[in-house]
Amino acid sequence: MSQTTPRISFNAIREQAEKRRKELDETGLPKVHIGMATCGIAAGALETKTAFEQALADQNIAARIHAVGCLGHCYAEPLVLVENPGWPPIFYYGVTPGNAGMIVRAFLRDGDPLLETLLGATEPNDLIPQVKDFPRFAFEKKVITQKSGFIDPEDVYDYIDHGGYETLSACLEKSPGDILQEVVHSGLRGRGGAGFPTGTKWRLAREAEIEHKVVICNADEGDPGAYMDRTILESNPHQVIEGMVLCAYAVGASKGIIYVRAEYPLAVRVITKALQQAEGLGLIGKNILGTDFSFDLSLFQGSGAFVCGEETAMIQSIEGYRGVAQHRPPYPVEKGLYGWPTVINNVKTFASIAPILERGAEWYRSMGTDKSPGTAVFSVVGNVVHPGLVEIPMGVDLRTLILEICGGIPNKKAFKAVQIGGPSGGCLPERFLDTPIDFDSLTEAGAMMGSGGIVVMDEDTCMVEVARYFLDFTQKESCGKCTFCRVGTKHLLGILERITKGEGRETDLKTLQELSQDIKLGSLCGLGKTAPNPVITSLRYFREEYEAHIKEKRCPAKMCRSLTAFYIDLDKCARGCDACVGSCPVEAIFTTKDRKKAVDQILCVKCGECMVACPVEYSAVKKISPAQLAPIIPRPEKKEDKKAE
Amino acid sequence: MHEISAEEQQQIAVCIGAFAPKRGSLVPILQRIQDEFAYLSGEAMRKVAAHLGITPGEVYSVATFYNQFRFHPPGKHAIKVCLGTACHVRGGEVILENFQRKLGIREGQTTEDKEFSIDRVACVGCCALAPVALLGDKVYGHMAPSKVEGLILGIHLEKERQEREKAKHESNNS
Repeated sequence: MSQTTPRISFNAIREQAEKRRKELDETGLPKVHIGMATCGIAAGALETKTAFEQALADQNIAARIHAVGCLGHCYAEPLVLVENPGWPPIFYYGVTPGNAGMIVRAFLRDGDPLLETLLGATEPNDLIPQVKDFPRFAFEKKVITQKSGFIDPEDVYDYIDHGGYETLSACLEKSPGDILQEVVHSGLRGRGGAGFPTGTKWRLAREAEIEHKVVICNADEGDPGAYMDRTILESNPHQVIEGMVLCAYAVGASKGIIYVRAEYPLAVRVITKALQQAEGLGLIGKNILGTDFSFDLSLFQGSGAFVCGEETAMIQSIEGYRGVAQHRPPYPVEKGLYGWPTVINNVKTFASIAPILERGAEWYRSMGTDKSPGTAVFSVVGNVVHPGLVEIPMGVDLRTLILEICGGIPNKKAFKAVQIGGPSGGCLPERFLDTPIDFDSLTEAGAMMGSGGIVVMDEDTCMVEVARYFLDFTQKESCGKCTFCRVGTKHLLGILERITKGEGRETDLKTLQELSQDIKLGSLCGLGKTAPNPVITSLRYFREEYEAHIKEKRCPAKMCRSLTAFYIDLDKCARGCDACVGSCPVEAIFTTKDRKKAVDQILCVKCGECMVACPVEYSAVKKISPAQLAPIIPRPEKKEDKKAE
Repeated sequence: MHEISAEEQQQIAVCIGAFAPKRGSLVPILQRIQDEFAYLSGEAMRKVAAHLGITPGEVYSVATFYNQFRFHPPGKHAIKVCLGTACHVRGGEVILENFQRKLGIREGQTTEDKEFSIDRVACVGCCALAPVALLGDKVYGHMAPSKVEGLILGIHLEKERQEREKAKHESNNS
């Protein structure tokens, strides 16, 4: 009697994937991989793809176009990897439709790799610099995003051909206890923000003696400025699914839900397709890979409430109620969705599971720090030269991440602060740049790891205004259950609004501080507990900015619009130049008697367009704070008035 | 108020019928209806309530909790301005103001001719392209006040062109 094991069942699937790839390889055709995640598409990847297809058809060149996910190099989008036989694979960045035609004609047809437009090669060669020597690639250590950007997210065989689901088939032959032990031993901490040890959470769920158990993947990524979960799901959904199945096997769950924001339509589409494909191959659903283990996995779309990223609120929302946070304990792992023990982990946590079980807990612990092992994915945005997703081992310091990997601050501006951990994280000034990025060091500095959103701010950013912005966000997103969070954040916002308008009072700073503490103490869930963080940290590290706003009605960064004014330096303004006039959306710029330009302070909406429009050689548009320091130049009488005379 | 036609009644019933009558279906049903109609009408919410055996007030209470749901039909060209952190730092507010000024409406409103509506969104996840605005589903990165004008002008020109072609087509036919 022949016995089928998960491995034997899986081998048949893998052979299928290998056969398909071999057939493609044997054709010997060049391959063009185009990054088609949301940021790629926003940067014009669809147009680029069409241009490639068109150019290949025009030149009568046969090649395979491969839509892949995102590599994380958002600054370089649309990013294209070209594999031309006889050449190392080459990255091209910022590939416009015009560039696409050029690559086809020059490189694929004539064998000229266009040295001036390429980013680098992925293999050693004599001609083209290798990308691995660039700081961005050299520091990165890809575990979670290792396959992202190299595989087609809508093709399960592509993932399998890159080693996907291999771990699952091997693990199904082990006992659930062994798998749990390995995860515990790896020291993996939840990547959603709080850093709770994943193994401990799983063990609690496993020990619960209830038949029904649920596994939920938290992909309700609401932090403005963070988009790593979206990119992972759009680029490699199967790695997350594989992690979830492994979790379900380890804890004994039969039902799973991926909770994704509805604002991520592409991610929703990619996951839906991935679930269908995985089910079709028997990798999820009934009797996975021929075993007795069944796991039903489905998708739930979140409806745009930030608080639903909090696990108890998320459960409420799945059950069809308002996403209001609930008291813990009982924790979801004891009593969660419909009262069943529920394991809720972040996308990045699940995506880490297959690599850990494949290569072992020891390997995982060899990366990162002692207390925060492994790697973390960050989305670094704001005022940096090379924004995008970066995966680095835990414990790398902020300076390396911001100034080296991401290229520092653009336009020769100075670094001012870095905001870590989403709207409820903290703003850290320059002296904290040497802080290692791990759960404990960041909390100590007053920020938090959060889910990995990092916003870099340059000297032109006003910290009071930034605190106001975050409070505006958390105040709107408060679910309303706890009075301190609901009413307190509104008052904090009111005070901050007053200060940014130049109506601050001397007593405000004390009130801000006290109220912040009260909100922290009087709120049930993470949202309220952390909402005052931006205020507390900016007050601690940038107090002099608050004082300038209140005492001098001056915004040192010249960002608060009520406290600043734009004017044109008549000594620098060029006679007869009209560059700024057309840029002004409200026609506030007029011509003076000397045929120079001036700003009508009453009409001006302070958008700053004229400053951008003014030719660099003149740089005549100036910004000043407090606003009353701007020179007032009277408008010459209008011609109509003269005619009337 | 927008009248619900018999055909739309039918469509609502189809949307609701696809889901089991249990509380957990509430949010997915509302999402499905909004996908179909781009907003939730009072009639639709009453029908959902009847299907699930809860009060219309319950349905409304859940629907208003979530930012995704809207209760008025959006304009033909739905403009969304991203005000996530990265967009804010790079001047998203100015972009929003420019749209508001150009169209003469506030965020959350629709122009009288039902052509445009403006909404703010928290983060569309294209932070590297900040500031970002969406026109329908298309993302426009690196926005500037002058681009706002260009976008709206582009839509007007496109509309005029279509009207001219339609007129030409009609005169050819007659």
